[in-house]
Amino acid sequence: MSAMNVSLVGVGGQGILLTSDILARTAARAGLDVKKSEIHGMAQRGGSVISQVRFAERVYSPIIQDGASDLLVSFERIEALRWRHLLRAGGKVLLNNLNLAPVTVSSGQQPGVDDLDARLAAEYPGACVVEGLRIATDLGNARAMNLVIAGALSTLTPFEVSVWEEAIRERIPGKMLETNLRAFAAGRDAVRG
Amino acid sequence: MSKKVLLSANEAVAWAACKAGCSVASAYPGTPSTEILENVAKFKETIYCEWAVNEKVGMEVAIGASIAGVRALTAMKHVGLNVAMDPLMTYTYVGANGGLVVVTADDPGMHSSQNEQDSRNLVRFARAPLFEPADSQETFDMIQEAFEVSETYRVPAFVRLTTRTSHTSTVVDVGDDFGPRQVEGKGYVKDIRRYIPVPMFARPHRLQAQERTEQLRAYGCGTRFNREEPGDRRLGIVTSGVTYQYVKEVFPEFAVLKLGFTNPLPAELIKRFAASVERLLVIEELDPFLEEQIRALGLKVVEHKTELNMLEMNPLRLTALRQELLGDVALPEVRRADAGLPTRPPVLCAGCSHRGVFYTLAKLGATVTGDIGCYTLGAFPPLSAMDTTICMGACIGNAYGMEKAGHKGRLCAVIGDSTFFHSGLTGILNVIYNGGRTTTVVLDNRITGMTGHQENPGSGKTLCGDPAPATDIAEVARAMGFKRVVTVPAYDLAALEQVLAEELDAPEPSVVIAGAPCRIAAKLWNLATYGVDAEKCKACGACFKLGCPAITRGEAAAGGKRFKCVIDPVQCSGCNLCIQTCKFGAISKIR
Repeated sequence: MSAMNVSLVGVGGQGILLTSDILARTAARAGLDVKKSEIHGMAQRGGSVISQVRFAERVYSPIIQDGASDLLVSFERIEALRWRHLLRAGGKVLLNNLNLAPVTVSSGQQPGVDDLDARLAAEYPGACVVEGLRIATDLGNARAMNLVIAGALSTLTPFEVSVWEEAIRERIPGKMLETNLRAFAAGRDAVRG
Repeated sequence: MSKKVLLSANEAVAWAACKAGCSVASAYPGTPSTEILENVAKFKETIYCEWAVNEKVGMEVAIGASIAGVRALTAMKHVGLNVAMDPLMTYTYVGANGGLVVVTADDPGMHSSQNEQDSRNLVRFARAPLFEPADSQETFDMIQEAFEVSETYRVPAFVRLTTRTSHTSTVVDVGDDFGPRQVEGKGYVKDIRRYIPVPMFARPHRLQAQERTEQLRAYGCGTRFNREEPGDRRLGIVTSGVTYQYVKEVFPEFAVLKLGFTNPLPAELIKRFAASVERLLVIEELDPFLEEQIRALGLKVVEHKTELNMLEMNPLRLTALRQELLGDVALPEVRRADAGLPTRPPVLCAGCSHRGVFYTLAKLGATVTGDIGCYTLGAFPPLSAMDTTICMGACIGNAYGMEKAGHKGRLCAVIGDSTFFHSGLTGILNVIYNGGRTTTVVLDNRITGMTGHQENPGSGKTLCGDPAPATDIAEVARAMGFKRVVTVPAYDLAALEQVLAEELDAPEPSVVIAGAPCRIAAKLWNLATYGVDAEKCKACGACFKLGCPAITRGEAAAGGKRFKCVIDPVQCSGCNLCIQTCKFGAISKIR
């Protein structure tokens, strides 16, 4: 199975760490060496968040070198631009179609990004776009957005869907499990068309 | 047979402590070390564990357990080790009875810290043995070994993690025999020559510490945690900790001396390795801890211009080093797209009970000495209501010192409840004893917030969730002799302004407790939702001064110079502050 570097970025509170944890457990269940590295602490308070997952027969560095991510998963659109330097030439992008204005913009301290659509289109012409929040809201639980993204992400990784589902069962407790499995399936369906 | 689990190094510490038969664990939370004790609590059936009020007490509790003859663990972030140094420096003389393992988690790159100290220097200073794991498996193995070393050599043993190892999950084989181990305690035997280091007893300890260092040096030359990996001997690389992983990534073909046990320096091992390679290169994160000692052995080390001795190591920096030394790699092509993007700094949560205090202190024009916690965020615009932050508890001494230096104008110290219990008690006692007039504002949200909501002496619960007496800060202040002790509701701006103005201007010292539970920890983030009547909103901007992430810019007014406000119903927690800032009655409760 091929080696892969996945960077997951977004905003504190979006469920990035849970999604990356499920990805890492899936890779481990598939028998690969895996490293999942995340930065939290002050980032919990609405700041920019990053988690990186690497899997292969043998993984050394927990950090993905700039320009070496095979896949960039962005839970938010401004963050997709902020972390552009992580992606390798020819790498894939999974983009959650959601704007969250930083407080610096919403409070008027800094200008927003007027040409965000154009900049994203120029940087990521082949991006796989998922309506994570809308799909999760339609399913009745906006908080399951991260599992919708996990579902979309699963179509870009070499793992069987059953292995993904085992990892989700391992990680998510009883009463929330069914909702999250439905969100995961909806995310898969959304990007497979 | 094996049992494999995906664990962060912090989790691996807890699993290893369980397997090693650790009996007592005590620590104060601090990023990146916090999850260690949270995970030890999962093994509470066999390990007594607790949140200590600070790292010094945590160290003292662990030392006490060690003296009583059982295996004990304490853990802290790098700056926490500074707090714990006093008991440590003497216990390394006295020597451990039951195994004592100290975990210190450094924060290269200062992801969540105020400085970047390399704790290895302090471990050397304390003459203690030091393990530096490179991943979770090594953490699991080294913690168990550290208990053995601590008992064999009668000395507290250190395991140094970093943010990267603490917060990276890797596959760990915990063994098919994983489970709690019962270790026979060594028991306590009264021995004042050992445990009471008055000068006449301390001098022999000093000599013993010297002998022990040489014994540990020999151990370091034989341990499996220091190993040579074969490769091209035109360049030999000495490395330690997580940096090993980056070396294997960027210099895969060269011989490596991987050091997992770095203090005392395994000098003979390094000399042998140096003699077997053409050029010797030392690669380590933060200070040149190994490199300076290796040079002092008289060995020649490759010199280079690539800066590696500050901020977090990563493969890219080593690629730059390889380019400089060997010229056979190119830096990867990196495309950036972040030009002109707005920053996304962390902010006080919507509904945070600290917000009203900072809003009011800004309004009063006060100089504010601050402290370590979520509330440090009160320093940033638009609140901009903090002037200094030095270390845990420093705000009180700092404010008092500024007062004694003749500072003009309103002045106060602001400190959170957990920080107050950690290091603020002695600060206010100093104020009252020396006749100061400093006002200390305690932001009492009944939780240790920034590190992820840990219990503390004010929260009424222990680490394991058992009920505990909730210490009343007002009573503590009165008992120390404060006559002016005022408790004020944290969401009442008029009351805050009246109380803070009065106390800051008063000629006597005072303690103000501005309390309300943390909205997140107490699950109060959805109490109510407020909305804005766009007709009534005059775009005056008063509510924006709260810096609430739920209050966002709406339609432009006054030719685009000002903006009406909109409240994000998803983020609004109904704290009621914004209503109080609106003179036009434009904000109201909608749910």
